[in-house]
Amino acid sequence: MADKIATRNAYGEALAELGEKYPQLVVLDADLSGATMSKFFAAKFPDRFFDCGIAEANMTVIAAGMSTCGLKPFTNTFAIFAAGRAYEQVRNSIAYPGLNVTVVGSHGGVSVGEDGATHQCIEDFSLMRTIPGMLVCCPCDGNEMRQAVEALINYNGPAYLRLERPNTEIVTDSIEGYKFELGKGVTMKDGSDVTIIANGIMVPVALKAADLLAGEGISARVIDMHTIKPLDEELVLKAAKETGCIVTSEEHSIIGGLGAAVCEFLSGTYPVPVVRHGVNDQFGRSGSANAVLEYFGLTPEVLAEKAKAAIALKK
Amino acid sequence: MKLTGKALAAAAYKARLLAVDAVFTAASGHPGGSMSCMDALTTLYFNEMNIDPADPRNPDRDRFVLSKGHCSPALYSVLAERGFFPVEDLKLFRSIKGHYSGHPDMVNVPGVDMSTGSLGQGLSAAVGMALAAKHNGKTYRTYSILGDGEIAEGQIWEAIMAAAKWKLDNLCIFVDLNGLQIDGKTADVMPTDPVDAKFKAFNWNVICIDGHDFDQILAALAQAREVKGMPTAIIMKTTKGKGISFMENQAGWHGKAPNAEQFATAKAELEAKIAELEG
Repeated sequence: MADKIATRNAYGEALAELGEKYPQLVVLDADLSGATMSKFFAAKFPDRFFDCGIAEANMTVIAAGMSTCGLKPFTNTFAIFAAGRAYEQVRNSIAYPGLNVTVVGSHGGVSVGEDGATHQCIEDFSLMRTIPGMLVCCPCDGNEMRQAVEALINYNGPAYLRLERPNTEIVTDSIEGYKFELGKGVTMKDGSDVTIIANGIMVPVALKAADLLAGEGISARVIDMHTIKPLDEELVLKAAKETGCIVTSEEHSIIGGLGAAVCEFLSGTYPVPVVRHGVNDQFGRSGSANAVLEYFGLTPEVLAEKAKAAIALKK
Repeated sequence: MKLTGKALAAAAYKARLLAVDAVFTAASGHPGGSMSCMDALTTLYFNEMNIDPADPRNPDRDRFVLSKGHCSPALYSVLAERGFFPVEDLKLFRSIKGHYSGHPDMVNVPGVDMSTGSLGQGLSAAVGMALAAKHNGKTYRTYSILGDGEIAEGQIWEAIMAAAKWKLDNLCIFVDLNGLQIDGKTADVMPTDPVDAKFKAFNWNVICIDGHDFDQILAALAQAREVKGMPTAIIMKTTKGKGISFMENQAGWHGKAPNAEQFATAKAELEAKIAELEG
């Protein structure tokens, strides 16, 4: 667990770096390039950067139009506007015609911090996941984010990518044989009593929770499920069979996101107890990122308790 | 193919007949606004646009986005008449047996450049296409038709600002000012006048015409091609339901199919007009 970097920074750097290799890549923003980190690309490729002003709906559909002409647009704004305000534009003008656009929502979850509930999107996985054919991805650290960006440039179809604001540890670089592939979860740590399936900044939290559980003699498996849709069903099924219970952990409402996706899949295939760790059907609130995460119980301690609750539910 | 004069007018009336037939067959659809924009649409596909029905995805083709997507009967009929797909396929409009969905579908219908239907979004897509042309160094032009009710959507004005920002002189749109929408007169539902002054204030080249006068349509399109540094809006006064006497200027025909008797009347009127133009 070395350097800390926000996934939004890793994203911005990756875009700028990959710009040369992928001339079809164009980047749009809605007056937030300094926060979404598309500014790095803008500085390096001013002719391929389109600031659409504070008009997210328009930006989203301009990208759709551009994609029909052979370009690969990445649109950038906060998650609340990308998935919320422009939801119907994403649905009808990008996803329905199956267009090759990556919609990027930065500042996902409550770790946005001080800006408060209006800017803390805890519904984006849910909104984007329900759209037919939409890929939904939320990498867990800077290293994974870099690889996700290149994978998405090469992906042909509608996709949603969530970035997060706070600086967090790199956790994937110490995983032996780590390889990023869209739609394939990563087993970060093996275990036999319970599986924690997490994404985004909850992956480092899950690894810490696993350490706490190990101290109590509980063996927890940790899966980084960076792609929520399509869900890596094989990996989830294997975890359900081998550990007998699951905890999902996400910086998102417990309604409709990763937890819901896992429940939906397992309920029809191999029902085992699933406890969902996330924001419990509430709006966010202002505070420092850490204070807000703690307020909502998005901590290793609370996650470890959820894991024990899942184990207790085993027959 | 460059139709002019009576041949162009006849093509528009034939498309009207195909469209009203499709709506009658489907017992569903939007005839009123399809009739009002038909003369402009026919002019685009039979005179103005660089397109090839045999090569509908050619990257250098001119683009068209029907922002008022509910007028799919007009677009599908013009595309069929122009040879993008068989005219007989129009029998499958809105049918579970075919892929001619209620609103334009770029995936399944040859010649459709953008899926539309949710009002207010098409113009943004057209801006994206025009912007891509500039970016890619292509000379193709992008056209769009908007409804006057549609321009109540805020996103339209976002797109209008963006088109001016990027000086999209390769973008030319028609605003179909038929004055009626589902709930009644546009002037009552949400007044949009003066539309021309609004576009001018947003730094567009504006041309006001009679949308049923082919000479004016052609002249406006020619003028638009000459204007540099700004997009063009052709504000056209039209008649909702144009060409079918009982539909003309009736908001009630926005999204209603004719019954057999009404269809027979419409067919007779349109056939008479076609015969007159071809006679």
